[in-house]
Amino acid sequence: MAYKGKRINPQKFERGQIKIMIILLPLIIFMALPLIFIANHAFKPMEELFAFPPTFFVRNATLENFTKLIKFSRTSGTPMSRYVFNSLLVTVLTVGLSLLFTTMTAFALSKIKFKGRNLLMQINQIALMFVSTAVLIPRFLVICKIGIIDTMWAHVLPLVAMPVALFLVKQFVDQVPDSLIEAAYMDGATDFQVYRKVIIPMIKPAIATAAILVFQQVWTNMETSNYYINDDSRKTLTFYMNSLVNVNNTVAGQGMAAAASLIMFLPNLILFIILQRSVMNTMANSGIK
Amino acid sequence: MSAYKKVNNKIAKRENNKSGYIFVAPFAIMFLVFILIPVLLAAVLSFTNYNAIEWPSWTGFLNYVTLITNDEIFMQHVLPNTVVYAVAVGIGGYILSFILAWALCNLSHLPRTIFALILYSPSMTVGVSMTVLWKVIFSGDQTGLLNSWLISLGVITDPIIWLTDARYLLPIVVIIGLWSSMGIGFLSMIAGILNADESLYEAAAIDGVKNRFQEMIYITIPQMKPQMLFAAVMAIVGAFQNGMISSLLTGNPSPGYAAQLLVNHIEDYGFLRYEMGYAAAVSVALLLIVQLFSKAANSLLTDKDEF
Repeated sequence: MAYKGKRINPQKFERGQIKIMIILLPLIIFMALPLIFIANHAFKPMEELFAFPPTFFVRNATLENFTKLIKFSRTSGTPMSRYVFNSLLVTVLTVGLSLLFTTMTAFALSKIKFKGRNLLMQINQIALMFVSTAVLIPRFLVICKIGIIDTMWAHVLPLVAMPVALFLVKQFVDQVPDSLIEAAYMDGATDFQVYRKVIIPMIKPAIATAAILVFQQVWTNMETSNYYINDDSRKTLTFYMNSLVNVNNTVAGQGMAAAASLIMFLPNLILFIILQRSVMNTMANSGIK
Repeated sequence: MSAYKKVNNKIAKRENNKSGYIFVAPFAIMFLVFILIPVLLAAVLSFTNYNAIEWPSWTGFLNYVTLITNDEIFMQHVLPNTVVYAVAVGIGGYILSFILAWALCNLSHLPRTIFALILYSPSMTVGVSMTVLWKVIFSGDQTGLLNSWLISLGVITDPIIWLTDARYLLPIVVIIGLWSSMGIGFLSMIAGILNADESLYEAAAIDGVKNRFQEMIYITIPQMKPQMLFAAVMAIVGAFQNGMISSLLTGNPSPGYAAQLLVNHIEDYGFLRYEMGYAAAVSVALLLIVQLFSKAANSLLTDKDEF
């Protein structure tokens, strides 16, 4: 029988898919196990955390670990709410500024002709695979020099410019038809009005994707709290979670830390589920050309 | 008439429109201050001896000479570890994410979405939040989950001290790295495969494409190069950035330098020994290695012949 072709994205279940599922299943289970474990661990009461042999699933679920987590922070000087507030503030500021600056730049690089824009694009292209941990130290020196060490800005500003995000967003702006922009100018719109009224509504999927990229960077970032901030009251939740793991590396601490991990993980998951359709849309239409 | 003139002006003005600079400025300044200047500063500092207190003194290529000829830890542990990790998690993770994406695209919508979410979730846990989890699983006594399982299965009789045993440390770090490597790059691959022009598959079948493997090589991959390149960027950055896993698990330096990566080496010299000039030289080495990967990915995945 001749090969039929085109079986990508089948509409309904076919027998041939069982084979693929059987091959995938062990791997899926392996990937999911640690997450299932942490979710169970977070709700285990004391005696189950201590249990020998160690248990995987929780039997008598309790919120003990979560309440202990909050109580513990009260005794340690800086209340946990402070870290939560810091994390939220830093995340919102970073994602907000980053999206604003990135979309503005993408608009200019794609639709406004000015000298040096090709050069800027090329520099960004080289920086695409920029590994920020490599410049931990010079960045530290820069942060000292401009006087934002030990301030909230040390969390925010270094993460605002993200070359990959710019690249993705610019490719989406490229796809906005020129005629639409010409028409807006014809109606007397300024550059800024074109940016706000024409470009932004048309590149929403790319903005959502950039938001996820930046969010993941800033939400899990610990280097800033470790190296650029001395004052405990200006550090973020990520730092607090980690100090919990290090200070309380006992069985009792494990439950708290598991609860903390779950708290850190959930915002990420929720954000992704909300934005996933946009992400898939962006990826299908852009990638890096 | 006047309206027409005005438009004409607008379009003409757009040939060299100064407002472009205003739009670019905020991003460009952030880029300059926090990416470009630090990179240049690293390059300059790498030629000096700098302890963060005294003014740096010029030492020429001494740091690089030391790095290549005299730093046993670097040559015997850090460099090989980094290569193993980058190949296993960067390239291995990349290939794995392509195969998985392709397999998922052969499923119908609902199971595909569920599986993709499960595979993607670990990438959101990068960093500290999961350290505790791995510490519990790989705990060195009988209460460690893995030890307990292996003992009850009869594979081992005595618990293995996973996190201090040099033999197991790097493989553990690689496994954790792989586990969390199905990130946005993986999603972009799924999107790329799903987005391929369906009529091409039929045409290819008529032209003599015999099986799914050929279909993948001749139809799917050429169509999704932009997504492949995006995934490559994410994979490479991830592979070098996430070097922190080992220092979170075991501290820095890791026991016997068994899982010491370039990133940990930089941290070690920069923030523990305060030899910032030397750390800068290691940074430059890291940036060069990343650029090497970047070049390779670019030449493999960009279409030179546009038509």
